[in-house]
Amino acid sequence: MTAPVLSCSGLVRTFGALRAVDGVDLALPAGARHALIGPNGAGKSTLFQLLAGGLSPTAGRVSLDGRDVTRLSDARRARRGLGQTFQHSSLFPSMTAAENVALAAERALGAPWSPLPRHRPALAERVDRLLADVDLLARRDVPVAALSHGECRQLELAVALATAPRVLLLDEPAAGMSPAESERLAALIHRLPAEITLLFVEHDLDLVFRLATRVTVLHLGRVLVSGSPEEVRGSREVQEAYLGTGRREDLFLPAAGATATAPDDAPAARDASAESP
Amino acid sequence: MPAWIDLHFISLLNGLAIGSLLFILAVGLSLIFGMMDVLNLAHGVLFLAGAYAAWWIAGATPSWPGFVAALAVAGAVGIAAGSGLAFVVERLARRSHLDQALLTLGLALIAADALSAGFGDDVHTINPPPGLDVSVLVLGKTYPVYRLALIGLGAALAAAVHFVVERTAVGALIRATVADRDMVAAIGVDHRRVKIVVFAVGALLATTAGVLGAPILGARPRLDDTALVFALVVVVIGGLGSVRGALIGALVIGQIDSLGRDLLPDLASFIQFGALAVVLVVRPRGLFGAATGARS
Amino acid sequence: MTPGRRRLALAAVLAALAIAPLVLSTYGSVTLARMLAFALLAASLDLLVGVTGLASLGHGAYFGAGAYTAGWVALHVSRSAAATLAAAAAVSAVVALVAGSVAVRARGVFFLMLTLAIGEIVEQLAQSWHGVTGGSDGLYGIPAIQLGGATLTDARWFTWFVLAVFVAGLAVIACLRRAPFGAALRGIRDNEPRMRALGYNTYLYKLAAFVIAGTLAGVAGGLFAAQQRLVTPGDLGMASSVAALLAVIIGGEGTLWGPCLGAAIVVELRDVLSSSLGGHGSLVLGVVFVAVVFLLPGGLARLRIRTGDAR
Repeated sequence: MTAPVLSCSGLVRTFGALRAVDGVDLALPAGARHALIGPNGAGKSTLFQLLAGGLSPTAGRVSLDGRDVTRLSDARRARRGLGQTFQHSSLFPSMTAAENVALAAERALGAPWSPLPRHRPALAERVDRLLADVDLLARRDVPVAALSHGECRQLELAVALATAPRVLLLDEPAAGMSPAESERLAALIHRLPAEITLLFVEHDLDLVFRLATRVTVLHLGRVLVSGSPEEVRGSREVQEAYLGTGRREDLFLPAAGATATAPDDAPAARDASAESP
Repeated sequence: MPAWIDLHFISLLNGLAIGSLLFILAVGLSLIFGMMDVLNLAHGVLFLAGAYAAWWIAGATPSWPGFVAALAVAGAVGIAAGSGLAFVVERLARRSHLDQALLTLGLALIAADALSAGFGDDVHTINPPPGLDVSVLVLGKTYPVYRLALIGLGAALAAAVHFVVERTAVGALIRATVADRDMVAAIGVDHRRVKIVVFAVGALLATTAGVLGAPILGARPRLDDTALVFALVVVVIGGLGSVRGALIGALVIGQIDSLGRDLLPDLASFIQFGALAVVLVVRPRGLFGAATGARS
Repeated sequence: MTPGRRRLALAAVLAALAIAPLVLSTYGSVTLARMLAFALLAASLDLLVGVTGLASLGHGAYFGAGAYTAGWVALHVSRSAAATLAAAAAVSAVVALVAGSVAVRARGVFFLMLTLAIGEIVEQLAQSWHGVTGGSDGLYGIPAIQLGGATLTDARWFTWFVLAVFVAGLAVIACLRRAPFGAALRGIRDNEPRMRALGYNTYLYKLAAFVIAGTLAGVAGGLFAAQQRLVTPGDLGMASSVAALLAVIIGGEGTLWGPCLGAAIVVELRDVLSSSLGGHGSLVLGVVFVAVVFLLPGGLARLRIRTGDAR
């Protein structure tokens, strides 16, 4: 079996006493459409930062194409083909939409160090094509400050795609979008080339179950369930994680040395009453 | 005593004296920045104002009442200037931190020129007040009493500041603000009032340092630039917003300056830059800087 | 302003500057030369402040390094203009490389503090290194430089020479601003973390900008030394660093001609008008600066644009 394109093993990140990511293993084959979901505070954003290189792990490894990149900075991982979008659009406010995309495209496909202004029609064409893909071609010369929130999210994706990444991490790409905009975004992600490996965090579960072939659920920094969308949807543990349980004890992880306390009697009572004649 | 220490004992003591003075000067700058993200580039000119106050009010050979009066006037000027700065900077609260720093720079320029106009370009020297203007024998060497007094005062102030910051409610507020400003605002503490108080206290410490330093450094133009740079280096090395950092940084810089001049007078500047560079490469936030600020 | 009009305005300004030495008195020509040298310094600082977003309060160190080098070379090695300026550029580039490799690791006010400290340390160095810099007396009696064998003692020819170097320096800056390199610097100014996420090695870009800006500042220093024929430690300390930053902010950071205009204003207030202001040129400059920071964020260059918009 070929090595996974992006993988991590035993990834841990602590902030003082808080174990935000607590031993996560993940392996994405080429062309994967993998969703990462979980309730708030599950550690999804932290995990993303660890994978992308913005944060260094307390323990564990991250590998790209089978090579250990744990010690590489975010810039170096990006140069090896890892791209990402951010939950809060991270763009260049003083520039137009086209200039934003051009900046990204230049790094990967142009001459980012060139001290001479040059007219590169090939690059300009690529920029326009990317903008057209995200339906922003008409707004190419508009400064970012004048774009709507949804347009910024679209531009965010175009900028990430401009570097021709092989692995793409999308952090809540549909955050703050209207249903119509989400629909357009889903179609766009669906249209992405099959070779690109995709890992995305999303709260919009419709989007998740539409686009993903595998889903990993994170809870309190650990992988709760990892499998196909149907498996995850049917999993009781996932339901409990999202919706909470009737048992207060389950909200707290047992302290070291203490045994788990006996569960409250509510479900047991139901079971018992079902059994009793 | 080891021969090396014996030979350079005076320099070591001078280092402590300068370090004490630097601590008094720098701790205000550190707190102003740590609490409000405002780099007070007028800190140096406040020091100079204190020095001129010492010369003008106490005179070249001050009496005790004169010296105390100079301290009082410098203190009042410090509080007034600090509050004024806080007020003016507050008007730019929505702009970038750079703009706020530039504002303090512009005001410092104006103040420096005014001081120069008022007190001339001459170098003025001041003697220590009576009783402190003599030298005593310390471990076989004669040493000015005033500098010993300064060391003592610096230690006492460091202890006092430590007590206030670590053991009082006000100190808890200071530490909390340095760690997470927005949270402190969220629990209902009036941000602007805190700003005025911190600025005023910081400026008060700067002008006081100017008076206390006058018997050693005198009062002359460009002293403000020197004071500002030294204070900045101390604060950068020690970490912004950290009292302990300001103390350690001040002692370190004081020693580097003093021993540097003694051992390698031509290379003194290099050593300072080297120390700064080493600290920043190893620990970019300074020795005791807050690892995560409210705006990191 | 449309591109066509812009080019016309540029041509007009250059023509005016070229004709000026013919019309001005000797003192006027000398002042113009000082302004042009200072304008190159301000424009070089703007590459850091306006384009890359790195506000430096220690740029005078590289200006001074260039000035001292040019003066020393003229005194001891060669009076050729090319030699003095090339040496000035080389030395200031090296100093900027060493200082920048440390300074550029910092950001925002940390960077500001670092550059300030470095500037002061360099000034102290100039004060104490008697053998080379002449200590607090500085380098005096610097001979007039020679261009193609002819000595440039005539004020007009000297001013034309300074103008030529100034235009060349500005052309370099203008070129970089429009190139992918300049776009990357602006990207770093706008959003450095995103640039890193895109794969840019932002440290190297910032260091390169720092060295280029320092080198151009050194060339400006070389021009200054050739004009004043005297270099003192004060020329590389806080005074010139602050003056350069004032010029950039007053004129308008991020624009090419704003800092040049700001430089002219600073030189005018600080040197020319100072005596008629009772020697308080610095105070007036401070007031102007505070006024600009308060009322005209973005500087004079953006004044027209702001009043033109009715948004």
